[in-house]
Amino acid sequence: MSEQPAIVKRQLPATPMARQIIERGTLREQAARMPFAAKVIGAIFGIGFLIANAGIAYIVVDGRLDGMWYDFRDLGYAIERLRVELRTVDGTIGGQELGAILAYWVPALIGGIGILSFLGGFLLIGSWIERRLLARFQIRTGPNRVGPYGLLQPLADALKLMQKEVLIPAGADRMLFYLPPVLIFIPAMLAWGPIPWAENMAYLDLNVGLLYVVSITSLSVLAVWLAGWSSNNHYALLGSMRTVAMMVSYEIPISLALLSVVLVTGSLRLSAIVAWQADHYLWLALLLPFALFTFFFSSTAEINRTPNDIAEAESEIVAGFHTEYSGMKAGLFLAVELGNALLTGALVATFFLGGYTLFGLEEWIPGYLILGAKATFGYFIFIWLRATLPRFRIDQLMNFAWKYLIPLSIANVLLVAIEASIAARWDAPAIIVYGLFVIVNIALTAYAVRAWARAIGYAMDVEQPAQPIFAKTIGGLKAARSLRGEA
Amino acid sequence: MDSLGIVVAFYVLSAVTIGAALSVFLLRNLVHAIVLLVLSFLGMAGLFASLSADFIAIAQILIYAGAISVLLVFAVMLTPLSSRNNANSLYVGPGILAGVAIAAIVVFTAIEVDWVQLTGDALRDRSFVDTIETIGDQLLGKHILAFEVASVLLLFALLGAIVLVTDPRGVGTDVTDDADDAPGATEEPA
Repeated sequence: MSEQPAIVKRQLPATPMARQIIERGTLREQAARMPFAAKVIGAIFGIGFLIANAGIAYIVVDGRLDGMWYDFRDLGYAIERLRVELRTVDGTIGGQELGAILAYWVPALIGGIGILSFLGGFLLIGSWIERRLLARFQIRTGPNRVGPYGLLQPLADALKLMQKEVLIPAGADRMLFYLPPVLIFIPAMLAWGPIPWAENMAYLDLNVGLLYVVSITSLSVLAVWLAGWSSNNHYALLGSMRTVAMMVSYEIPISLALLSVVLVTGSLRLSAIVAWQADHYLWLALLLPFALFTFFFSSTAEINRTPNDIAEAESEIVAGFHTEYSGMKAGLFLAVELGNALLTGALVATFFLGGYTLFGLEEWIPGYLILGAKATFGYFIFIWLRATLPRFRIDQLMNFAWKYLIPLSIANVLLVAIEASIAARWDAPAIIVYGLFVIVNIALTAYAVRAWARAIGYAMDVEQPAQPIFAKTIGGLKAARSLRGEA
Repeated sequence: MDSLGIVVAFYVLSAVTIGAALSVFLLRNLVHAIVLLVLSFLGMAGLFASLSADFIAIAQILIYAGAISVLLVFAVMLTPLSSRNNANSLYVGPGILAGVAIAAIVVFTAIEVDWVQLTGDALRDRSFVDTIETIGDQLLGKHILAFEVASVLLLFALLGAIVLVTDPRGVGTDVTDDADDAPGATEEPA
């Protein structure tokens, strides 16, 4: 054994794959192993990148100072400027002023195409990110064959899905069978409307934006049920009924969580909610930790992500409501799932994490990049949860909504309402008022989450770990102690 | 005169709403009827939105298209025979009476109200901003009593539903246990 000190020292893992991963070395070791030419080329590219960035920054700063140049951070203002220019166009069409029509339609088309192309780009790259990250979590490699790093894998998947035949089960309701993939896609697109991407850059800056998001996303329930019902399949119907019950249950905690957001900020307009957080230098995640938790967790139920992906519990009901769908119709369901994950990330960022603002940094970085970074962070957390947590059972899920989240959410709304009325009447500086509320809310949340869980029998007895049954039966510990002469 | 877009939107939305509502009565398949009913609700929401009633439009989508449709879905799923046929109804006579009564109310309102005072330039002169703040002020100010009574009523409805579905033998017993599964299961020990 003395000839193999390395093995004894590093305790090599048993499986060949794990050994391969260990031997791959750290990033620094890999960098040191790189050939010299590659280093030179990398350095040239890196320096070139920095110079290009400096140049862009110079143009940007210079353009911002003279006040007429609209750089890439100010897309919203640039569109506003374009609208003003378009309004001055002369001429009439059918009794209407051409300028007014252009000023309405051109920005609308630009914004719509912008949001749709962003979403399309994400749908192309999103599944690659998810699969690679899941593989990384599970010590696998993930897709790495199609294109560099497997980047073209989603494209190949999409092409494959498009070529596949769309089967219609015998006895299915043909008209309703075609409807759900389209019907479920519409709310997933429309809900992006009121989200503010930067200052003055929301596609639909509705004064009822928050309600709009809640109501539009609740429309997908019907599509899910129709998909299950029209398939003429037991598994699909079971899966869709479960999903409908779950979505309906979890809409209540979501609404209550958002209600507390509205109580604090005093507006249903999403850009006003973001502006409130920017004005107070306070993310609502700190002020309303329980609302954040409720919203995030319930959203995983709404969009069928992992702790709550009852809809496609493969071991129980095959694939849930889209069991019978094949080809691009199934692909649409998958795409909606992916897009909804990013949408929820963006909503969490807007409501609780300051939206497009980052403590003044939005003056220098475009707001839509900040929002995109926060939304992708939310998406990363979803992937993390998917790699980590097992799936809830359906009864656990419903119990958790009705017995745990909803009572606590109602108490949370009451607390926030009291705080909001105090904040409206108390003349102290905002940092004192909201600092106090932050401390109170975090402490109360930490207490109430544990206490209520214990009251309805969820909490595990962490402080006093029970003696293992086997050891108790054979008296192992006691015997060991008596052997050691301790007792 | 309103702009062309609003006029076109009015006719398209009206056609969708009325057509879908008619199909609800004419279709034999109850599930198709539900889908078209939701379409008619959405058309109604579009009409509200074109009238600048933003809050009511959103509430129409949230409550009718989102929640009532789910209620109908559960009704269809839980009553086995109703999902087959839309044609048989015991309540044709009362239904026609109720429809005539509602139509009479709408027509009466349309004739009696002085629309010139309430639309167009008259509305613009009032510096009308948005409906949501007005609705909030009215609900929690002038109509606070009705608001509170409605909330208490809903609370009682919730409690009543819980009482109805609670098993009288005690919490925790599984009422969905399939007793008629096996032939010998009828004489189960008490």
